[in-house]
Amino acid sequence: MKWAQKLGMLVLLFALWEVLARSGVWHKHLFPGPLQVLESLVAMASDGRLGGATLRSMGRLVRAYAMSVAIGVPLGLLIARLAFFRNAVKPVVTGFQALPSICWLPLALLWFGLNDSAILFVVVMGSVLGISIATEDAVNGLDPQLARVARTLGVRGLRFYFGVLLPGALPGIVTGLKLGWSFAWRALLAGELLFVSGGLGQLLTMGRELMDVTQVMAVMLAIIIIGVTVDRVLFQTVEAKLRRRWGLTTAT
Amino acid sequence: MVRRLFERLRGLRQVAPHLLRPAHVNADRAKIAIAQLDHHYANKVVALKDVNLNVRSGEFVCLLGPSGCGKSTLLYALAGHVAPTGGTVAIDGKPIHGPGPDRLLMFQEAALFPWLTVRGNITFALAARGVPRSERRERADTFIQRVRLDGFADTLPHELSGGMKMRASLARALAVDPTVLLMDEPFGALDAQTRVHMQELLQSIWMRAGKTVVFVTHDVQEALMLGTRVVLMAPRPGRVVEDLEIHLPMPRSLEDPSLDAMARDIRHRLRAVEGPVLETHPPEPVPRRTQTPSSLPRPSIVTGR
Repeated sequence: MKWAQKLGMLVLLFALWEVLARSGVWHKHLFPGPLQVLESLVAMASDGRLGGATLRSMGRLVRAYAMSVAIGVPLGLLIARLAFFRNAVKPVVTGFQALPSICWLPLALLWFGLNDSAILFVVVMGSVLGISIATEDAVNGLDPQLARVARTLGVRGLRFYFGVLLPGALPGIVTGLKLGWSFAWRALLAGELLFVSGGLGQLLTMGRELMDVTQVMAVMLAIIIIGVTVDRVLFQTVEAKLRRRWGLTTAT
Repeated sequence: MVRRLFERLRGLRQVAPHLLRPAHVNADRAKIAIAQLDHHYANKVVALKDVNLNVRSGEFVCLLGPSGCGKSTLLYALAGHVAPTGGTVAIDGKPIHGPGPDRLLMFQEAALFPWLTVRGNITFALAARGVPRSERRERADTFIQRVRLDGFADTLPHELSGGMKMRASLARALAVDPTVLLMDEPFGALDAQTRVHMQELLQSIWMRAGKTVVFVTHDVQEALMLGTRVVLMAPRPGRVVEDLEIHLPMPRSLEDPSLDAMARDIRHRLRAVEGPVLETHPPEPVPRRTQTPSSLPRPSIVTGR
């Protein structure tokens, strides 16, 4: 039933789009129908342009995201556990969080030049702060009862961090990681749009330069599909499994 | 029928006095020695005033009293989770500083790690106490059996009922083998039926393991059912008013008529202590608890680093 509703809505949207495109309100070069867009998508996929661009974008995203996680989670942990980090580092983190990630690009271009590093820098800056703030929240939200029982059982040091604190905060951390991923995805495409980079963003820019609206729309569609797939397949599955095991939700 | 009832009534009146006798324990022979203990919280509330208590090895001592009499604070001071502002607490003659492997505190909540199975919870605790890896599983299974949770070793806490969670928590506490077990109203959150089962289980385990237990409760029947000794405490300021030994053989049953007689006696003594308060708060000398009393601050505990 849920699936039927979702599918129905999708079909309706595409039908509306097709009708609008055929009605001739806008010129068909500026507002192509879904069939033409799909055709263009298939063409780009079959000549390898789409695949290549996706691989390049995802490659950057994965590298930058891995760096963000590697920095963000420990940073969040430190902010939550050490007074110095809480008092001195946290305001800095919150301050930088107010800066949209793409604003780092001009600086990144000057520092690193027109290359991958600049984009990686922007993506890391876009997601690392969100991840560390979410981690800090999750660690601070640890059930105080578990902290007490750990204390009375004599769980200390690394065993406390890896056996109690991290697992206890894990559901919250995963939610933060999901958020970080979507920040990273946005920052990446914004970065790729602004200079020649060979990713999905560049494919969009090229569509604009060639006045090929069909291609622009096709790439947008591809970006939506990739974003939704990663969110659904990767994060929601992991999150749901985790919440079930932790007993936070009753099994559906 | 009438005769039996009469006999029973007469029995009650006679039985109670010699079943409860004042306890006298020398400090130098005690397992736990508490001397002139004072504690007040930062907000100047006096939680404990001049508390002296000596507990022999292997005793089951119930701290009994109304909300705010400092019984939990006393227990937390024993556990080392609260640093008292005055006096000394010593175990085996050594003053305590902070939590130690010789003592284990159990809470009203089972406080199992939700991401670990029942067995995982126990082996994790054993690992923290430095038990070698090869022995952990076997030891965990022994204690899972002892609390009659056979077949639930691989179950996650959220799949267990309240009583089963508490049994798992008890298994974890017993497995790490502390010499002193400190229990803070461990059955307070359970329903009446389950509570009785847990009391019987705890009694049989205590008789077998011979651990020193300090048990906080404000249920008179529970204290008399389980304890070899019952320590009556009173609030404002928190203090010990009476220290009685219970001379009733184990295992005991809640249906035992002499238990009822003793309970009446104890309630009477508690009422006498609370005296003036009773005028403003009629009946209910012993609040049936549904949750942690919140009229006074609970000992607050800082997370270990």
